[in-house]
Amino acid sequence: MEPIVTHTGNTAVLPRVNVDTDQIIPKQFLKRVERTGFGQFLFFDWRFLEDGSDNPDFELNQPQAEGATVLIADHNFGSGSSREHAPWALQDYGFRVIIAPSFADIFYSNCFKNGILPIRLDEEKVYRLMEKGKNQKYDVMVDLPNQKITDEQGFEETFEIDDYYKQMLINGWDEISITLQYEDKIDQFEKSMNV
Amino acid sequence: MKPKTIIEKIWESHKVHAEDGKPDLMYVDLQMVHEVTSPQAFEGLRLSGRKVRRPDLTFATMDHNVPTENRSSITDAVSKKQMETLTNNCNEFGVEIADLNSPNNGIVHIIGPELGLTQPGKIIVCGDSHTSTHGAFGALAFGIGTSEVEHTLATQTLWQSPPKTMEVRVNGRLNPGATAKDIILAVIAKHGVDFGTGHVLEYTGEAIRGLTMEERMTICNMSIEAGARAGLISPDQVTFDYLEGRRHVPEGEAFNRKVEEWQALATDEGAEYDAVVEIDSEEIEPMVTWGTNPSQGVGIHGTVPSPEDAETGAERKAIEQSLEYMDLEPGTKMTDIHIQHVFLGSCTNARISDLRAAAKIAEGRTVADGVRAMVVPGSQQVKMQAEEEGLDKIFKDAGFDWRQSGCSMCLSMNPDFVPEGERCASTSNRNFEGRQGKGARTHLVSPAMAAAAAIAGRFVDIRYLDEAVTN
Repeated sequence: MEPIVTHTGNTAVLPRVNVDTDQIIPKQFLKRVERTGFGQFLFFDWRFLEDGSDNPDFELNQPQAEGATVLIADHNFGSGSSREHAPWALQDYGFRVIIAPSFADIFYSNCFKNGILPIRLDEEKVYRLMEKGKNQKYDVMVDLPNQKITDEQGFEETFEIDDYYKQMLINGWDEISITLQYEDKIDQFEKSMNV
Repeated sequence: MKPKTIIEKIWESHKVHAEDGKPDLMYVDLQMVHEVTSPQAFEGLRLSGRKVRRPDLTFATMDHNVPTENRSSITDAVSKKQMETLTNNCNEFGVEIADLNSPNNGIVHIIGPELGLTQPGKIIVCGDSHTSTHGAFGALAFGIGTSEVEHTLATQTLWQSPPKTMEVRVNGRLNPGATAKDIILAVIAKHGVDFGTGHVLEYTGEAIRGLTMEERMTICNMSIEAGARAGLISPDQVTFDYLEGRRHVPEGEAFNRKVEEWQALATDEGAEYDAVVEIDSEEIEPMVTWGTNPSQGVGIHGTVPSPEDAETGAERKAIEQSLEYMDLEPGTKMTDIHIQHVFLGSCTNARISDLRAAAKIAEGRTVADGVRAMVVPGSQQVKMQAEEEGLDKIFKDAGFDWRQSGCSMCLSMNPDFVPEGERCASTSNRNFEGRQGKGARTHLVSPAMAAAAAIAGRFVDIRYLDEAVTN
């Protein structure tokens, strides 16, 4: 997994609540047996018109969102299906950071396994960022060790994150390798519980 | 001793390792696997030279891609490859699979309970958000992503932060015509599509105790639609009676010992939850959703709301967006909404009792002109049982299409879908945009309400079906 320590990038603003993983990556693209190549299908039904051309009304197709690596989203982002294809598609498209007032639990956890930093921030702060990035190119800087988001115009907010997940992203850890260090304890548990 | 909830009891008995500043390392008793969310996990094991730690605690089936018309002819090459990949992976790693030829094949959350794999007190995971279904037995069951599928295959454990607990109390007795599906749709309509975030829900109250196991599964199934990490119900005699005699359940004296163990799991009198929400059964009418998330629903005598009714700007925008997608006007009566498709199926409502409830409505009646209605049993076992009881004949005589088992039109990863711009009364769990097909408009209902909609060609109150049809 590609680590994240600090990240600076352009933002894309998606001011819709309850964006579910069916919207992030529709079901017809879940049939692949690989982990790669999902970015082209991200937000497929919103992003493309019937003839396959870009839908000019969709937020990610606006010129100011071009090359965005930070997604600013609304409440309950990533709800619904547990499909990890959703973070795979977001990451493959280029997103490394997602900022929202709240995330669905499974999606939130899936992000960390794929080098995406999901940041929970108060609604009011998220909406301030949305205002700034809505109509123009707008870069933010994210500093994970110090748990801080800043911009060039003086925006500065800290965010909460579980230390375990933070270390996982900073170090790009493979979680299974970590767990296998506890193999003795797993053996013991199985013996004692007779499983 | 401090009284505890079943959630705390299961949590404490599954901790393999705990230390400050880290989630707990939790033991997993059962992992269910299906073809969509597992190929990359098995591939990960192969690339790192790892094995499946406990193939005996892992069970696979194929369901999402399965065609329901003719399962021996899979014309979609990509679907076919995904299913073959699962078979090959299971053979390579020694995992038991109920493939298309197995009499035990079916939707993953239907066959776990059917085979008795699902039992009280277990931690059960699957790369599928509707894993919460298994919570009906007093198991802690939750959906995970593919990285966690791989992690569980390799280590039989998961790192998990302790959940918050929430009691969802359903007071009183259900109105006639209201079903388990209506309870859960009403709870989500009342408390919102993310009230459960970060919590495991325990459903309690008189109305819940009065439900059969199959009805309890319908409720727990949709816990994820409330944003919850899981949802469960403390086990009782109803649970034990359902389990006795099933393939993976111990027999005789061993069963009696298990029952004692399971009885001790139920939440203690006086245990405290982090949060409590309530609903009175008398508030619960047969429900129909009008929007594009499961909280956007009303009783059958209700109307489509207006964006003006919203309390926040975000909610207003969500209503506007839903109404545009659903092509509905504020103030429209639910009973004036006409449908072109009916889907009876899915891990929410495709068990034998669901089919019986729908057949009772369909018997001696005819599907309305211009409506395509299909019944898709949740498993091959359910299908066989229904055919033994003659339900297939009732459905076919009424003009319903009788299919083989699979996920079918719940998410349309297979040949079954709703065409763009058309409307479907569906017993599934999600009315998201595009879920049943690009541009498809989904209304979630109970099996009886779906069958009645098929007969009337529009939504009707099942208590007054005949009046509605003659009018």
